[in-house]
Amino acid sequence: MSDEARDAVGEYRYGFHDPEVATIRFDKGLSEQVVRDISALKNEPEWMTELRVKAYHHFVERPMPDWGNESLLNSIDFEAVTYFLRSSEGTERDWDDVPEDIKRTFDRLGIPDAEQKWLGGVTAQYESEAVYHSIREDLEAQGVLFLDMDSGLREHPEIVKRFFNTVIPYTDNKFSALNTAVWSGGSFIYVPKGVHVEMPVQAYFRINAKNMGQFERTLIIADEGSSIHYVEGCTAPTYSTDSLHSAVVELVAMDGAKIRYSTIQNWSSNVYNLVTKRGVAHANATVEWVDGNIGSKLTMKYPAVILKGEGAHAEIISVAYAGEGQHQDAGSKVHHLAPRTTSNILSKSISKNGGRSTYRGMLQVRPKAEGCRSKVVCDALMLDADSRSDTYPTMEVGNASADLEHEASVSKIAGDQLFYLMSRGHTEAEAMGLIVNGFFEPFTRELPMEYASELNKLLEIEMEGAIG
Amino acid sequence: MAGGLLDVKGLHATVEETEILRGVDLTINAGEVHAIMGLNGAGKSTLASVIMGHPDYEITEGSVHYDGQDLTELEVHERARSGLFLSFQYPHAIPGVQVGTFLRKSVAAVRGEAPKARAFRQELQAAMDVLGMDRSFLSRYVNDGFSGGEKKRLEILQMLLLQPRMALLDETDSGLDIDALKAVAQGINSLSKDSGVLLITHYNRLLELVVPDVVHVMIDGRIIQSGGPELAQRLEADGYEWLMPATA
Repeated sequence: MSDEARDAVGEYRYGFHDPEVATIRFDKGLSEQVVRDISALKNEPEWMTELRVKAYHHFVERPMPDWGNESLLNSIDFEAVTYFLRSSEGTERDWDDVPEDIKRTFDRLGIPDAEQKWLGGVTAQYESEAVYHSIREDLEAQGVLFLDMDSGLREHPEIVKRFFNTVIPYTDNKFSALNTAVWSGGSFIYVPKGVHVEMPVQAYFRINAKNMGQFERTLIIADEGSSIHYVEGCTAPTYSTDSLHSAVVELVAMDGAKIRYSTIQNWSSNVYNLVTKRGVAHANATVEWVDGNIGSKLTMKYPAVILKGEGAHAEIISVAYAGEGQHQDAGSKVHHLAPRTTSNILSKSISKNGGRSTYRGMLQVRPKAEGCRSKVVCDALMLDADSRSDTYPTMEVGNASADLEHEASVSKIAGDQLFYLMSRGHTEAEAMGLIVNGFFEPFTRELPMEYASELNKLLEIEMEGAIG
Repeated sequence: MAGGLLDVKGLHATVEETEILRGVDLTINAGEVHAIMGLNGAGKSTLASVIMGHPDYEITEGSVHYDGQDLTELEVHERARSGLFLSFQYPHAIPGVQVGTFLRKSVAAVRGEAPKARAFRQELQAAMDVLGMDRSFLSRYVNDGFSGGEKKRLEILQMLLLQPRMALLDETDSGLDIDALKAVAQGINSLSKDSGVLLITHYNRLLELVVPDVVHVMIDGRIIQSGGPELAQRLEADGYEWLMPATA
C-alpha cells in the first residue's frame, strides 16, 4: 500500500493484497458479447443467457440515478472495470485444496477458524467465483441447500428459475440491471419446510484484483415455518484506483418463516458499493436485515422488505460509519401491502473527518393494509464540525388505521462526556471509541458475539485515527 | 521535597473569562481527609474540576502540584493514571456502554494492564457489597436512567476499584437518602488510609460519617477559614453570615 493510500484510508486492516491469480480474466469493459461469454463459460441454460442480455440492454439505456451522490456515481468508468475473473479452477470443499495464495488470504481474515467454531456453513468468494464452500453434514441431511449461486443454478435450475429476478427484477434500477447482466457467484440457499438452521451460515466476499467488479447474486428461500441466519462479510485491498461491488440479494420468506441477513461491509475506501437487497415476507413471516456499513468510498444501499402476507414482520437495523472521503448513503424501505403487518426500523450513523452519512428511508402503507404498525428511529452522531449527516425519510400512508412512530436525532459528542471518561484513565481516542461503541450497541448486540467484538475493535481503531 | 500529596498555591482560574478561583491555597497530605464547605457559586466544584483538568477552565495564576509534579503538564487521563480521582457532582451518561465493561476498561486503563477476569470479579463483588449494590447494576448502561443515588454509588464504586491516592469528591452526598449516604460514607472510609481525600459538601451530615482532619470554608473563590470538625458544626448551626467580610 502506498503512503498516499494509507493516508487516505487510515488504518484499514484488510488493505493487503496478494499477487493476482487468474485462470481466466476477461478484458476490461462491457458489451453484449462479454455478457454472453460469461454465460457461455458457465454453461448456463438459455433462459438465463437471454435474461442477462435483456438486463444488459436495460443497463445501457437506463440513466444514472439523479439522487444519492450523483457526482461520484457519474465518475464511475464502466469501461475500466474487469467484469469476470476466475481465480481457481473449482469450488473446493476442503481448505487444503484451495490454491495456497487464496487460502492464505482467508486465513488472515480468520474464516476457516470461525467456520470450525461457530458456523453451519461457509462460502468464500474470491473475485468472481466461490473458491471454497461447505455445509455441515447434519444440515445437508435435513435437506438444506447451501451452494454458491453458480452451482445452485446448475444443480437446482427449477428452484432458481422460479424465484430468480422475482423479488428484484432487473428493471428495478440501473445497478440491479448491471448485476443481472454480469452476475457471478453469491449464495443460493433453500431451507425446507419446518427446518430451523440453528448455527449461522456465512459468506465472505473478497476482491483482490485491481479495478475489479464483483457482482455476486444471492437468493435465499426459507420455506414454510423454517428459519435461517445468514451472515455476510466483505473486504478488499486498498488501491488508488476504484473497484465496483454491485450485488443483488433476493430473500423469500414463505408463510411463518424467518430469515435474518446480517452484513458487515468493510470494503476499502476505493470501492463503490452499490447494492440492491430486498426480501418478501409472506403471511406471518419475518425478514430481518442487520446491516453494517463501515467501509467503501460510496455506498448506496437500502435493504427493503415487502410485507406481502397478513401478519408479516420486518426488522431493519442498520449502522453506517462515514470517515474521511466516505459517503454512506444507506437506509431502508418497508412496504406494508397486507393487513396487520408490522415493521421496526432503527438506523444509526456516525460521521467523522469530513465523512458524510445519509439516511434515506421509505415507509409505505397500501390502502388495503388495515391495522399496520411501524416504528422508525434514526440517530446520527457527528464527531466533528467538518462532517455531514442528512436524513430523508419518506412516508406514504394509504390507510388511516396505521399506527406509525418516527423519531430522529442528531447529536455531537459532548466535551463533558469525554472529560468524564478521560478522568477514568481513558485517552481521548479511547473515550471516543467507548462512546461510539455505545452508540452502535443496539446494532452490535444483534450480531453473533464474534462479529460484535470484531466490530468494536474496528471502531476503536478508527477512533485512534480520528485524533490529531 | 517539601509539600503534601496535593499542593495548591495561589490558584486563580477562569471560565469563559470570568474569574472563579481568586487565589486558593490548599495542602493535603497523604492519609488526610479535608472538607471544603461553602455556599453555591463559591468555586468549590471549579476547584475540583481544575485539579482534574477540565478543558473549559483556564489557570491564570498559581500552581497545582500532585505528588511533586506540576499537574498542568499532564493530560486528564494521565492525571487519572497517576492516582487522581474525581467523583462527579453530575456524572455523565454513556448510553450503550455497560457498567461492567466500563469498570473493567477503566481499571485496565488506570492500572496499565487488564485485570485477570477471576480476580477482578471478586474485587468487584467485594466493592459492590460495601456499597450495597446489586449485580444487575453491571449490565445497565453507565448512568443512563440512573437515579441520583445510583449515580453517586457508581462514582464511589469506581473510586474503590481505581484505588486513587488522591480522591476529590464533589458533592457526593447531595440528594442521597440516609441509606445511600451511609453506603457512600462506608465506601469512602474503606479507601486506603494512605490516600488523601477532599470532600466538597454543603452539609455536616456526611462529615459525621467521614470525619475530616481539616475543614475549610470557601467564599468567593478563596479559602477564608480553616479548622477542625467543629468548624463544620458551627457552619451547620450558624450558617456563613458570621464569616462574610463586612461590607461598607
